[in-house]
Amino acid sequence: MTLIPENLKYSKTHEWVRMENDIAVIGITDHAQSELGDVVFLSLPEVGRILKYDEPFGEVESVKAVSELYSPLSGEVVEVNTAIIDSTEVVNEDPYERGWLIKVRISDPSELDKLMDADAYAKHCEGS
Amino acid sequence: MNQTLYRTPLYDAHVELGARLTPFAGWEMPLSYKSILEEAKSVRYQAGIFDISHMGRLRIAGKGAAYILQLLTTNDIEALSIGKAHYSLMTNPQGGIKDDIIVYRTGKSEFLVVVNASNTSKVIAWIEPFIPQTEEELHVENTTSHTAMIALQGPKAQSILETVLGTPELRELERFSHRAIIFKENETSAELLCCRTGYTGEDGFELIVSKEYASLVWNALLAAGATPCGLGARDTLRIEAGYPLYGHEIDESISPVEAGLMWAVKLEKGNFIGRDAILEAKRLGPKCRLMGLLMHGRALPRQGYTIYRENREVGVITSGTFSPLREVGVAMGFLNTEVARPYVSVEVDIRGQRYGATVVPKKELLQKPHLEEKS
Repeated sequence: MTLIPENLKYSKTHEWVRMENDIAVIGITDHAQSELGDVVFLSLPEVGRILKYDEPFGEVESVKAVSELYSPLSGEVVEVNTAIIDSTEVVNEDPYERGWLIKVRISDPSELDKLMDADAYAKHCEGS
Repeated sequence: MNQTLYRTPLYDAHVELGARLTPFAGWEMPLSYKSILEEAKSVRYQAGIFDISHMGRLRIAGKGAAYILQLLTTNDIEALSIGKAHYSLMTNPQGGIKDDIIVYRTGKSEFLVVVNASNTSKVIAWIEPFIPQTEEELHVENTTSHTAMIALQGPKAQSILETVLGTPELRELERFSHRAIIFKENETSAELLCCRTGYTGEDGFELIVSKEYASLVWNALLAAGATPCGLGARDTLRIEAGYPLYGHEIDESISPVEAGLMWAVKLEKGNFIGRDAILEAKRLGPKCRLMGLLMHGRALPRQGYTIYRENREVGVITSGTFSPLREVGVAMGFLNTEVARPYVSVEVDIRGQRYGATVVPKKELLQKPHLEEKS
């Protein structure tokens, strides 16, 4: 069973969001890292890039497969977790804390309603 | 999709270990237990075990056995003595590779042929029409489901197997030699066919045991310190070692000349199926050659990706992975002969973006920079 923290929001493409005021911390879920297996490369956007809801913003590549990352919210990238670029195993080990990917200053808080809570996401994973 | 998958005698053992299972060649096999990369590293520095019971095992016996194998395989059966095994190919009349195989000689007129899981039925269907030609006694029996096969690989393989079998005689078992050794645990004893072979680039053994003792042997190997490894690690290890896999580096349209496997083809042994076509391919020279590639950038080359040099298409990737040893992408691919030379710079198109790579001999993919420190 994979870990799905109660306090986060989730996208159908397996990104999680943690709101810190108007900043959204974004990463991939435990389910996603477990499905991918060992992450070996990450391609992340530059700080300052404007992302739209559901827009691809990077790639996560594992030994088995490569998967596109989709922005769960619209806004401006204000920080990128560059520390994990050279230690991608952190995404597998700690996807919700040290393994976060980007921080986005969101421009449309109403988009948060499009995201799932933990219960809905758990059901989504079972169905996938 | 709902086609029933075969399960090996070790299926329950995999479930108990929490393996992630995957369909492979009609079998439900462990892809990994925890981490593909950790499993691959354990084989490089310690020892790992793999369930390879899905591989086809054919017993070919009778007075006509050597004749039919000499006719249908490329290596020289006459040069294979009892207690030895060799790598060989089955080729079609056009010189393409039907399968790559290991042939064990277990008696004067008795052989065990290990074939790829994906090719087991095809190989049996290929052999059958030739049986009447021998005019001698000949039995071809598919023993795959009666036995289990476990690969024990890594620098600690010998000491682990000695512990499990309680015998020091494995020291003398040379590479590509096999011997039946009795495995004992409490009141149980079982015969284990131990062959010093493998598919990882490491020292090791491939063990065949009757299916009812499979989990006993598997658990004894685990208890002696071997790490369970899945097909993911197996693929990474074989790519690093530069070994071909049917459906990637070899298939019915690729000749041993292109695949760099002429060392397993003994043209001087006399007639065999595919010989004339291989001779012709050798005379004409290959249009492309299988080479290794070391990636420079942060992306993995995968099967089917195009290789370029100076904006010209010069080849195609057949297999790629992340090398836990080198911590970069490594691959094999077919390259046009004019660029199929060591240390030529090329580019690989990875989802629309070009990444630099260096062509290397396949053997150079596997290098163990830190082995001395870590072992």
